[in-house]
Amino acid sequence: MSEAIKTDVLIVGAGPCGLFAVFELGLLDVKVHLVDILDKIGGQCAELYPEKPIYDIPGIPMITGHGLTESLLEQIKPFNPTFHLNEMIETVEKIGDPGFRVTTDAGKVFECKVLVVAAGGGSFQPKRPPVPGIEAYEGGSVHYAVRKMEEFRDKDLMIVGGGDSALDWVLNLHPLAKRITLVHRRDDFRAAPHSVEQMRALVASGQMDLLIGQVTALEGEGNVLSAATVKGNDGTVTKVACNAMLPFFGLTMKLGPVANWGLHLENNLIPVDTGTFETNVPGIFAIGDINTYPGKLKLILSGFHEGALMAQKAVKYVYPDKRVVFQYTTSSSSLQKKLGVN
Amino acid sequence: MAKINFVDHSGETRTVEVEEGATVMEAAIRNAVPGIEAECGGACACATCHVYVDEAWRDKTGAPTPMEEDMLDFGFDVRPNSRLSCQIKVTEELDGLVVTVPERQA
Ligand SMILES: Cc1cc2nc3c(=O)[nH]c(=O)nc-3n(C[C@H](O)[C@H](O)[C@H](O)COP(=O)(O)OP(=O)(O)OC[C@H]3O[C@@H](n4cnc5c(N)ncnc54)[C@H](O)[C@@H]3O)c2cc1C
Ligand code: FES
Repeated sequence: MSEAIKTDVLIVGAGPCGLFAVFELGLLDVKVHLVDILDKIGGQCAELYPEKPIYDIPGIPMITGHGLTESLLEQIKPFNPTFHLNEMIETVEKIGDPGFRVTTDAGKVFECKVLVVAAGGGSFQPKRPPVPGIEAYEGGSVHYAVRKMEEFRDKDLMIVGGGDSALDWVLNLHPLAKRITLVHRRDDFRAAPHSVEQMRALVASGQMDLLIGQVTALEGEGNVLSAATVKGNDGTVTKVACNAMLPFFGLTMKLGPVANWGLHLENNLIPVDTGTFETNVPGIFAIGDINTYPGKLKLILSGFHEGALMAQKAVKYVYPDKRVVFQYTTSSSSLQKKLGVN
Repeated sequence: MAKINFVDHSGETRTVEVEEGATVMEAAIRNAVPGIEAECGGACACATCHVYVDEAWRDKTGAPTPMEEDMLDFGFDVRPNSRLSCQIKVTEELDGLVVTVPERQA
């Protein structure tokens, strides 16, 4: 295990609410690290609707999910937060009063005074594709991500999907696998046109197979696959030898490890005190979509407000002896110095 | 107002009324029609409002846009008459529309 990274505050989740919390904490001189399981910053805004418009951010008549993420990053730049992407926070252990030791699935260890859970709808995890009985092969022949490419050497590999992940792995694993069959429900791909062209060239030269249709049945023993049945849109049924499968059906949000951190939960949400947004565990706060209280609205603007109030209480744990004075960014020269505008 | 008929996978029909301009998904959610989840609230970002349009109505509802097709890739048992109900706007022409709710959403 690596040496612990020490930080005032650790934020679980780099969605819009986690990002704005960096700003509010930064004004109070609190240093922040953020961890997110996604490979990008922005939470739902980045993963689910980057190109779609949002109309209810106060003072901004219209902005896209991607645009909002970019603006927030610009706004928090003076505070220089550290991001740890592609990592899921797994365990939280109390080591101080308050103080926590937190570990990720990649083996990273943090020690923080305050933990802010801004986990939204939970961690993004791959969707299980609509194939009957597929659960049985998970952990065996069915994988939702490529950890080691070597695992696919000399395999009869079926890749399912039509987006960039599916096409990228077709192209990357094609030299290793014995044979690749790509299955997609229509002869039209969302993936980058360049990848689609390369894939079509491999099919044309007989180096891989492309089937248009849907996987309807799996065969195998234990968790090891031997064949998959694909039903074509024209009704034809093809059985393909297959001992490894990579389905790419997008991501869905599951609560995940947050459930194991000793926090009270109500319908998979964390109840909080609305004066401070602290949970039942002193020193652990919850803001944004993950929390609940009477009147809660799952809106970005609510999460921004929650972050501001959270910061006022969190700073007391980080600097117990410091008196916090209320100030405006418009007029406070000390705040403006922190923002690098004065 | 237009009538929309939702047939569940066992064949039972529920008829609801909705004003023109709303979507078929909204008609389902407001009337708690089972089987339409609409997790993303109609942003064409979740594919959990998937329905099959009755053959007799396919011309009137039209074909999915490319964005909708991309999202349908994540649907369960997608067929040629599959649509995302949040992308079907109810018009006078669609009064009496019949759609079937799939056995499960993605
Ligand atoms: C299609 C769509 C349209 C929307 N439109 C609007 C709108 O117009 N206006 C509006 O106000 N809101 C809108 N919303 C809602 C808005 O996106 C959410 O309220 C907002 O994203 C919540 O932000 P958040 O930071 O709390 O969580 P999220 O954005 O959900 O981010 C949470 C992050 O935490 C990560 N995470 C969770 N658990 C872990 C863990 N254990 N380890 C590491 N990382 C973890 C997740 O991977 C995720 O990236 C919309 C939502 C959708 C889906
Ligand atoms: S409600 Fe999410 S795609 Fe229709």
